[in-house]
Amino acid sequence: MGAEIAEARTPILSIEQLEVSLFTRGGVLPAVDGLSLTVAAGETLAIVGESGCGKSLTALAIMRLLPEPPARIVGGAVRFMGRDLVSLSERQMQRVRGKDISMIFQDPMTSLNPVVTVGDQLIEAIRRHTDVSYKEANNRAVELLRQVRIPDAERRLGDFPHQMSGGMSQRVMIAMAIACGPKLLIADEPTTALDVTIQAQIIELMKELQASSGMGLIIITHDLGVVAEIADRVAVMYAGRKVEDAPVASLFERPVHRYTRGLLGATPSAHRRRGSRLVEIAGSVPALADLPAGCAFQNRCADVFDRCRVERPQLRPLLPHRTVACFAAEKELSRDAAVIGA
Amino acid sequence: MPLLSVLSLCVQYQSAQGVVRAVNDVSFDLEAGETLGLVGESGCGKSTLGKAIMRLLPSCDGRVFLDGDDITGMQPGALKAARKSMQMIFQDPYGSLNPRHDVGTIVGQPLSVAGWSRRDIRDRVTELLEQVGLPAEAMRRYPHEFSGGQRQRIGIARALALSPKVIICDEPVSALDVSVRAQVINLLEDLQQKTGVAYLFISHDLSVVEHISDHLIVMYLGRIVESGRSEEIWDRPAHPYTQALLAAAPVADPRLARSRVRSVLQGELPSPLNPPPGCSFNTRCPYARERCRQEQPLLRSVSGGRRVACHYDLMEQQPAASYAAAAAN
Repeated sequence: MGAEIAEARTPILSIEQLEVSLFTRGGVLPAVDGLSLTVAAGETLAIVGESGCGKSLTALAIMRLLPEPPARIVGGAVRFMGRDLVSLSERQMQRVRGKDISMIFQDPMTSLNPVVTVGDQLIEAIRRHTDVSYKEANNRAVELLRQVRIPDAERRLGDFPHQMSGGMSQRVMIAMAIACGPKLLIADEPTTALDVTIQAQIIELMKELQASSGMGLIIITHDLGVVAEIADRVAVMYAGRKVEDAPVASLFERPVHRYTRGLLGATPSAHRRRGSRLVEIAGSVPALADLPAGCAFQNRCADVFDRCRVERPQLRPLLPHRTVACFAAEKELSRDAAVIGA
Repeated sequence: MPLLSVLSLCVQYQSAQGVVRAVNDVSFDLEAGETLGLVGESGCGKSTLGKAIMRLLPSCDGRVFLDGDDITGMQPGALKAARKSMQMIFQDPYGSLNPRHDVGTIVGQPLSVAGWSRRDIRDRVTELLEQVGLPAEAMRRYPHEFSGGQRQRIGIARALALSPKVIICDEPVSALDVSVRAQVINLLEDLQQKTGVAYLFISHDLSVVEHISDHLIVMYLGRIVESGRSEEIWDRPAHPYTQALLAAAPVADPRLARSRVRSVLQGELPSPLNPPPGCSFNTRCPYARERCRQEQPLLRSVSGGRRVACHYDLMEQQPAASYAAAAAN
């Protein structure tokens, strides 16, 4: 789907200036800092970044499942179908979770209850939000397992999670997540723990389910290969902030933020000549406790200049359908524009 | 003479449910200064193979020759001397460094086992830390003070201490973030340029293996199913499992990812406790015929140093064509 079409639709989820802080003994750390995002129905948004960039905390904040303490939403809004989830009570939120918004996690083995059969876990998920009999829920559970391509579904209902492989467990998690026909599915590293061939199966399955249901999908990953396979639009995060947001094809074709460029260059790919060096991003991600003044990426950036050290770059619409928070990119692109203008 | 030569190596585990043949009749050579990639999915035996070569696990059959010496039957004393030329880097940069030792002790340990003097050890450790891009003052610090990527550098420095001829790298970058992973891969390549060390590079990540390896081995359920030059396998995979692996690998290019016809391999890995009769891949292979279900294919040499364990020659055929041919038979 073209990103233009997705943008024209009203978003089902719109995050505005979300702030999540970690209250630690060492002080209050800005783990998610002024993040804004939108997801439309039928759209797949990938949130990409390395460990500690705040991508998983963002997902947990949407679900209101942040580990409190230390984490807490300290500002901003999470508007979902017109309601601000941040202001809901826990009881109200329980009616949203699993029904309107569901989530699947990286490790399917620890996300399922080991002492309850897969069938009973599915039936519980169905009956929590719908008024159906156990028998009806049971039939629905069989149907769901078929939908996620688990062979021999009736018999599998009686299995415990340990009797299933990692790929099968992730299918069960997906079945549970789509049980009540959610408008939005959040998948946090859903294929990271799986082998390549199983990963491909799960990605294909998620694409199909989305195409048939029209739900919005947020996929959180560090794997640019997965992003290229599934996303319509990509938000790149670094040290708690969004640094670039663009449609997937144009992002891979022309990454603008220096961090995005680094990430793409650091990913080995089959079409780059073998023997050519990977692009390194020097150094490592700064700790949240001592983020530098100005741009958080300045100490790893090759194009850093004075302004980056004193002022924080804000997200600006530098290309069509794209926002970027980078002073070097602003300079470069305005120069390009000037050349074209001349 | 190859630097490392593995001949019909077998490793088995005794489990409560029976015997698991984790590595089955594996043979290959590794030449000095080259990188041999070893790929396969979890449970294919790749890590077991690495450890068995190091003799960290007992093998039940077969031979391992290092520089022409058979190390499989070596007594502890002789083995200790042989191990100087063979070192290992592990996946988990957190679990593989002793948290109670400072970095100087960790990196210097192989040297002190080899009987070096304290002064020599200190000089060598300083040199090693510089080689892997860490400051000399890191010596007095402890593992918890370092990030994952820096810890992996410490593990690499330790592996290099005795100037080994071969390093077995068991998923050395799998636990690292993308940007740091590139640093470590580049470091391994630079060190190979400088010291001429050979790598046996074990990984499940095809793009990383393809990037770094000269030769490639693909394993499935404890056996080699294909081996050969890396770019040749990448361009024209011959074994149906290799074809499926390459098709499944995500491509970091949205246009290509969407335009290619993706044949997703169905089914899952059979239990290694109870592998299927005949070809172990027959339960998932789109081309499997009667013969595949009865007869174990031998790893045979085809053109250009390539070895393939498949009854049929699938290299020249398009998947669709060979599928039709298989159906017609």
